[in-house]
Amino acid sequence: METNGVGGSAADMSRILSELETLKTAKNDIDRRISALEAQLRDTTNIQDKNDTVSNGSCPLISAVHSNINHDLTPDSVYRYSRHLLLPSFGVQGQSNLLKSSILVIGAGGLGSPALLYLAACGVGRLGIVDHDVVELNNMHRQVIHTEAYIGQPKVKSAAATCRSINSTVQIVEYQEALRTSNALEILSQYDIVVDATDNAPSRYMISDCCVVLGKPLVSGAALGLEGQLTVYNYNGGPCYRCLFPTPPPTSACQRCSDSGVLGVVPGIIGCLQALEAIKIAGAVGEPLSGRMLLFDALSARIRIVKIRGRSSQCEVCGENSAFTQQQFKNFDYEKFTQAPLSTLPVKLNLLPEDSRISSKEYKEKIDNGEAHVLVDVRPEHHFKIVSLPNSINIPLASLEVRLPEISKALKEEDNSGSGASLYVVCRRGNDSQRAVQCLQKMGFNSARDIIGGLESWGHDVDPNFPTY
Amino acid sequence: MQLTLEFGGGLELLCESVKIHKVNVDPPNGPEKFIMKDLLSWVRTNLIKERPEMFMKGDSVRPGVLVLVNDCDWELSGQLDTTLEDKDVVVFISTLHGG
Repeated sequence: METNGVGGSAADMSRILSELETLKTAKNDIDRRISALEAQLRDTTNIQDKNDTVSNGSCPLISAVHSNINHDLTPDSVYRYSRHLLLPSFGVQGQSNLLKSSILVIGAGGLGSPALLYLAACGVGRLGIVDHDVVELNNMHRQVIHTEAYIGQPKVKSAAATCRSINSTVQIVEYQEALRTSNALEILSQYDIVVDATDNAPSRYMISDCCVVLGKPLVSGAALGLEGQLTVYNYNGGPCYRCLFPTPPPTSACQRCSDSGVLGVVPGIIGCLQALEAIKIAGAVGEPLSGRMLLFDALSARIRIVKIRGRSSQCEVCGENSAFTQQQFKNFDYEKFTQAPLSTLPVKLNLLPEDSRISSKEYKEKIDNGEAHVLVDVRPEHHFKIVSLPNSINIPLASLEVRLPEISKALKEEDNSGSGASLYVVCRRGNDSQRAVQCLQKMGFNSARDIIGGLESWGHDVDPNFPTY
Repeated sequence: MQLTLEFGGGLELLCESVKIHKVNVDPPNGPEKFIMKDLLSWVRTNLIKERPEMFMKGDSVRPGVLVLVNDCDWELSGQLDTTLEDKDVVVFISTLHGG
């Protein structure tokens, strides 16, 4: 794109994008209507075929068989779900239960994607999807329900479109909003089974408490890095989330996929298992994973199923003497309880006085002016390998104190004029860099300053071609 | 006494990213009685290399850590008073929240 044409091109681009979106929405809508009509047509033809057979009287046996169908599956459903019906342990009864059930999936991300795909495909009667987020490029490696065409669009819309394209006979309900205590009771009460596919501690406590208050079984899955966990809470006298974890963990123990990373297929596996547990409960078959927990370690290829405690009589929410009501639920502050936000937006700390910080633009000016300085990048080594600023030295925050001599040496080497070299610290988003500056100033590096907003702000404000992750 | 200790859900980061530790511990109160309480202080001294507060709080594990003795929640066997035997497998696992 040429610089002098930016204004016109930007307007053009936005017009094209908006037209594309309108067309795509219309196309999805038409696709949906086509599949629904096709399904209707198949049903009608099947019935007509059978009626024809009856009316010409040539084959009274078939008519007798027809009248012997004592379930409510349509001919089209019999065909679509035939492989389920052929399972002796699932069969007509299991499928029939499934078709009458309603399941709510909270979160259309790494866990929710595969869970939703299977729940839509298997023929749940009504399937609700809750999510407030939009599809991003860095979701695509694990959130397999979304396609590139939906980047920038609400995950709920994208997930619902995929579900409908797989199975137009399932009623899909979209909740394009964040789950809060103000809307949770209203939404969850409309479903038989709840699937927790969220990504943070306060949501997990909130969803579990809400399920206890409403008496709903909860299929809970979690995945991070190369590990996953799965269990069913509040089912048949089993424990709730709070029976297991009465006190929330410290926030420093709650890692997120956006910080610690996650191998895409790991939440995929746990999400599939969540769908399986939900199908077992809805179909009333087998032994749901209640009172037990599945621990999955992808790297060593090991799955361990352990016995966990039963319902705790002392549990503050589901225990014998608990009087946790819907009203108390509505008033409960889950963010305060867990000291963590319900949304997964990164925290922005403000630990330093203004004169100990510079913006990424100011830092760029210092480089352009040839200021003698040392730039210390305090991210972990594997982050540094993804991308780094030229001439920065990598000293991870955890080893900063023992590697101070390296900084002193670098400062001496840079100091050509004898008037001293400046010391700047950078990290990914500008939180660890502040902690590092606090530490450096305590250790005598009084002029240390951090770059506000870290490499993210460098990519945003200085160099748009700088890779972000 | 030979024990297998496993750390997961991120706790392995506190012991140099090693998940499985086959260890030999000498019961301090004679050979017949070694309980989980003894094991926790042994682990803290011998295996935890950084941020012990991410593993323990007071004389127990911190909130959010599940302890499993032979694949069974330690709540069912007496928690800190659970008696350990030779060849037992003890798992410490931090609950995950990601998705």
